Amino acid sequence: MNLATLVVGLAVATALWSGVQALNQQARTSYDRAAAVFGEAGARSIVSASGLFVPQETYVALRRAGWKVSPVLEGTVRIGGVSYRLIGVEPLTVSKGSPVAGLATGADLEGFLQAPGRTLVASETLAELGAVEGARPRTDGAHSLPPLVKADAVAPGLLVVDIGAAQEILGRPGQLTRLVADAADRHEEAHLVGIAGRTLRIEKAEEAGDLARLTDSFHLNLTAFGLLAFIVGLFIVHASIGLAFEQRLATLRTLRAVGAPLWLLLAVLVGEVVLLALVAGALGMIAGYLIAAALLPDVSASLSGLYGAHVGGHLVIEARWWLSGLGMALAGALLASAMSLFKVYRLPLLAVAKPLAWREAQHAQLLRQGVFAVLCLLIALAAFLWGRGLVAGFAVIAGVLLGAALLLPLGLVAVLRLGERQASGALAQWFWADTRQQLSGLSLALMALLLALSANVGVGTMVEGFRKTFTGWLDERLNSEIYFDASSIEDARFIESWLGGEPRVTAVLPVWKAETRIKGWPVDVYGTRDHATYRGHFSLLGHTDDAWDRVRDGGGALISEQLARRMGLALGSVISIPTPDSVWDIPVVGFYPDYGNPKGQVRVNVDHLTRHFRDARRTSYSLRVAPGAAPAVIQRMQAELGAKLARVVDQASLKAMSTRIFERTFAVTGALNTLTLIVSGIALFASLLTLSDLRLTQLAPVWALGVTRRRLADLEIGKLLVLAAITAVLAVPLGLVLAWCLVAIVNVQAFGWRLPFHVFPMQWVVILISALATAFLAAIIPVIRLQRTAPQDLMKVFANER
Amino acid sequence: MSVRAIVVLFAITALAWGVERAGAGGFAGLGDSASGFADVVPGKSLSFPEDFGAHPDYRIEWWYVTANLKDADGNAYGVQWTLFRQALSPGPEREGWASQQVWMGHAAVTSAKEHRFAETLARGGIGQAGAKAHPFHAWIDDWSFVSTESANASGLGSTLLTAKGADFSYSLALKTGYAPALQGDNGYSRKSERGQASYYYSQPFFEVSGTLTLSGRSIAVTGQAWMDREWSSQPLAADQKGWDWFSLHLPGGDKLMLFQLRGADGDFYRAGSWIGADGRTSVLDAADIALTPLAQKDVAGRRLPISWKVVVKSRGLSIETKPLNAESWMATIFPYWEGPVRFSGSHAGVGYLEMTGY
Amino acid sequence: MRASLESPKATPAEQSQAAGRAPSDALPLLRVLNVRKSYATPQGPVPVLKGVDLTLEAGSSLALLGESGSGKSTLLHLVGGLDEADGGEIILDGVRVTGQSDAERAALRRERVGIVFQQFNLVPSLTVAGNLAFQARLAGRFDADWQSELVRRLGLAGLEARYPEQLSGGQQQRVAIGRALAIRPRLLIADEPTGNLDEATGDEVLDLALDLIRRTGCGFLMVTHSTRLAARLNRQVTLASGVIAAS
Repeated sequence: MNLATLVVGLAVATALWSGVQALNQQARTSYDRAAAVFGEAGARSIVSASGLFVPQETYVALRRAGWKVSPVLEGTVRIGGVSYRLIGVEPLTVSKGSPVAGLATGADLEGFLQAPGRTLVASETLAELGAVEGARPRTDGAHSLPPLVKADAVAPGLLVVDIGAAQEILGRPGQLTRLVADAADRHEEAHLVGIAGRTLRIEKAEEAGDLARLTDSFHLNLTAFGLLAFIVGLFIVHASIGLAFEQRLATLRTLRAVGAPLWLLLAVLVGEVVLLALVAGALGMIAGYLIAAALLPDVSASLSGLYGAHVGGHLVIEARWWLSGLGMALAGALLASAMSLFKVYRLPLLAVAKPLAWREAQHAQLLRQGVFAVLCLLIALAAFLWGRGLVAGFAVIAGVLLGAALLLPLGLVAVLRLGERQASGALAQWFWADTRQQLSGLSLALMALLLALSANVGVGTMVEGFRKTFTGWLDERLNSEIYFDASSIEDARFIESWLGGEPRVTAVLPVWKAETRIKGWPVDVYGTRDHATYRGHFSLLGHTDDAWDRVRDGGGALISEQLARRMGLALGSVISIPTPDSVWDIPVVGFYPDYGNPKGQVRVNVDHLTRHFRDARRTSYSLRVAPGAAPAVIQRMQAELGAKLARVVDQASLKAMSTRIFERTFAVTGALNTLTLIVSGIALFASLLTLSDLRLTQLAPVWALGVTRRRLADLEIGKLLVLAAITAVLAVPLGLVLAWCLVAIVNVQAFGWRLPFHVFPMQWVVILISALATAFLAAIIPVIRLQRTAPQDLMKVFANER
Repeated sequence: MSVRAIVVLFAITALAWGVERAGAGGFAGLGDSASGFADVVPGKSLSFPEDFGAHPDYRIEWWYVTANLKDADGNAYGVQWTLFRQALSPGPEREGWASQQVWMGHAAVTSAKEHRFAETLARGGIGQAGAKAHPFHAWIDDWSFVSTESANASGLGSTLLTAKGADFSYSLALKTGYAPALQGDNGYSRKSERGQASYYYSQPFFEVSGTLTLSGRSIAVTGQAWMDREWSSQPLAADQKGWDWFSLHLPGGDKLMLFQLRGADGDFYRAGSWIGADGRTSVLDAADIALTPLAQKDVAGRRLPISWKVVVKSRGLSIETKPLNAESWMATIFPYWEGPVRFSGSHAGVGYLEMTGY
Repeated sequence: MRASLESPKATPAEQSQAAGRAPSDALPLLRVLNVRKSYATPQGPVPVLKGVDLTLEAGSSLALLGESGSGKSTLLHLVGGLDEADGGEIILDGVRVTGQSDAERAALRRERVGIVFQQFNLVPSLTVAGNLAFQARLAGRFDADWQSELVRRLGLAGLEARYPEQLSGGQQQRVAIGRALAIRPRLLIADEPTGNLDEATGDEVLDLALDLIRRTGCGFLMVTHSTRLAARLNRQVTLASGVIAAS
């Protein structure tokens, strides 16, 4: 039984950890495949210093100056409302390390280069598009892609076409996003000046890969959860290994007494732990694979919804994943058994017949833990005061959680002592006193429970807070009744005038957009018209008094919170927006929340947008219509405008879509949360089970003095429920601290926006109930075993020497 | 020189992508129909400077320069500079990336001990590679073959030839007072009994001086260079598998070009021309030419005849050629052997040999 | 009888206890008739007691002797209501112990039987005072005067606030004896009570126990393998292979 809990504990710990790692690895492999289209990982790129485009002439000039570079144009196209990354490559110059070279196996260069060309896609993308090879899907911008060809070296979600086709589809003739240098190219950045002035810079490999960078925080979150679950699992392992060693102390002593060398015993014990760790680790890896496979759809949906990153649907397992997973299992098992092994090392040859001095031990333990707890909290405080960045945020959380967990037994002892003092009956007094004694054996499991519960409270608070904020924000942001995209600028003009004759439409508001990069970060610049819709409903986090007037007059811009935080911009600061021709300096007159957007955003007057960005996308609009008229208007638009209309959607569907993306983002978190709680339940169960033999010696005298087994069983459950309840109550404030850290530190660092902090007391009730349920479920089997213990087994306690 | 490069160029299509398109139709599908491209017809007179530049209506074309050089100590060197053009489809050239033209450059420097080469590819339509007739300028990336005459001159009397690889480079001044030598029937060069042909002229009289860099050493060199210019739309017969090609600088200033196209069934199509020191070209009869492989050597995993017995009976020429460096292997997308040779026998001198299809 | 068990305060034993003397003229305190007990083992049931008869008068003491496995501890456990006999009859203080339910036997142990074990088996989470009072308070008959007398007589004064782990073996066993006597049991049973103590301490503890037993007037049944200790009790009965071999 003890062996079983050991294996289960280690397997579960490994499972969650390796599951999360498998997910991360899957996603990273996808990103790498996406990034490797241009060449080997780590290849240098030449990009525009202003963050915009590299003129094609510059490419030619560099080639003619001997630079071994290959042109790339990247962009996003939407097909059926789903975003895909379109990459235009030039196969004759692309680096030989690029899988593009191998892409055309079976296809030919001529077919790729010559109209209509080819679109190379992963089989996943083919399935996602619901298309077959040779099909030519139309983008929402009404371009037909070159015929699709399956190429498995291409990452999912990528459309790889010839550079010429890409310029046409993305509407960027003569423009490139980057020039990827061949590994053999040895030119220095300084040489660029002679060719292209100061318009270019060399981008280091680590700067590239927006996807990896944008999704980093997401993966860090996953990793943190995996690690938390792993640690919780180790609690189980520690407890059961400890007991296993305890049970064998007598045997070990005998072996030592008959002359077995210490090193041999230790070697055998370590070997045993290693073997167990490998077996349990392997089981865990299999379970981890299943967990990852189960969560993968949600993870990829989150990543694609949030970042437009596509992650392949088939879980691919690498040897490295196996090694790291087993390594973790092994390291964890050895760590968890270190204390026990040390005990064996120090084992005195002759047993000292000393009864278990639990109080002394507990005192010492509490003192030790208290010191560690204070240390952890100090580290958290230091990280909070002086730390910077996401890692510091997680350090604060880790310190607080660990410190609180270590303090938990102290808190429990205090509460139990209070209970003991208040108790009047003998049994009641014993109940409290005995619970206190039992604490030593359960404290690790209870700490695990505390961590799981506070993670639940914390993440629950954050997610609920996010949901509340997000839906409220969606209501404000999606303030128009209808949104549509025209197929072209001409169509847009036509539709605009056509809508003038539709009496139910009260306003036609352009939502034109240009894309730029500010300090390397992708930023969307939106142009809107001054209208009561915005003045009345567009919520601002902070603004100057005349913000809307200044936006209307072109003398000011509203920027998203992310952008403001990232660039350190305050009201009145001037933001420099790179445009195709120069740089547009405009004062910041307000900030607005832009939850969940990994890109920065700027809102300006539409006329000024088009003045600075001649190629701004002028095809998106929102419509205000008379109340209740939206469905009829949409119907008429679809019937009469036909292909001129690329897309039309009503407010409700748009909201539903946004909410769906949101829900899936947190589905993963929710699942991991639940799994962590289950692991802590198993930890509790394992501890109780391993303790149940010890418990017999505590309970037998009480039974002998005239308390029925049934009554004792009830009390045992009661004790655990009390402990769980106290733990849950303590978990609430801890969870709130955690939530605050997530909202105020991690979120800001990871996503660039801060959520308002809400508390949700109903959640606490749920947490309390789940804590009690967890404890009850964990206790029920050990207690039933206790209740069924035959009297003669109870009496063995009195007869046998231990 | 010649048809050799046709294969190389066509091979880009398939081999640049790691696909061996072996099988029927000669190398790399050379048997493809030329429909839609301009035809090579006899009797058309070449005109200069127009024909120094590119002929995009034709499927394939090249600018091919080889030079036999010596340094101050008398050490021999060879230099190769080649620019190939291929049109992927017929019709007027389209603009920008849509252009159907694809360009490829090969460059090499060979000494007795070293052989360095480089290869580069470019799309037409964007200016990365091209060839203009007047003033003459052929280029790809930073490699160029450019007229250095005054703007109103219209010949190749004075040019600069440059190329650069990872571990070599050269910059050579090429000068000549000769007009181009038309090969075959006034520039119409047949390549098989069945009528495949190309437009072909040469400039074998370049005097060279300049520097080359090899293994970090800068070396002043002088010598002579030979340029071949050829364009066509379907030059090889379907059953022709490879060729051996000689361009030889004879004593007294005469020049000799010889080639044989090897058929699948072991027969040959041989042709050649004798260009006198006065610039006059005489076409050699196929039966007048004998090319016999002598020594064989394993180079890059293939067995190659690196020494030849060359006989032109009517001219009393009987020589044996030996490579300056037997390892003159061009491990490019389509690999071949190309290197300087020296010969002795009835005549002694230097030249270039190209062998493909082995 | 059943009704009296359900309201222990009204039992005759209770009244007699209140009087401080046992009803010596009535039935014997303990009567064991043809008691049989076997234990299930993987090899099948192993008989431990094969029909044992025994009586014990109130206020008298009896030592159960015998080899290991003779069944002396089992007999003690059956008498104390810790385990259930397979057959025969045990009547303690006028109550038929055999055939009682779990709850009834718990009540019997709580209210009429004091138990002292070789391992002391104090409740480790309670102090000396807590341990002493534990059973008495469970039984609802805690008597502060009696408790302080026990503390004094057992030499535990000043140790009340300590926990068992802070006491010596002799001290612990004295607490165990005090706990058992605190309810003023009708019967005190002890299984090798001095087995874990050195001889001098064991003698001292036994002296104390016998002295206190005399004062409470309860019966005393002690399992021991020491004839020397057994000799200090009123009667000695030896068990061998599950039957009484000598009396």
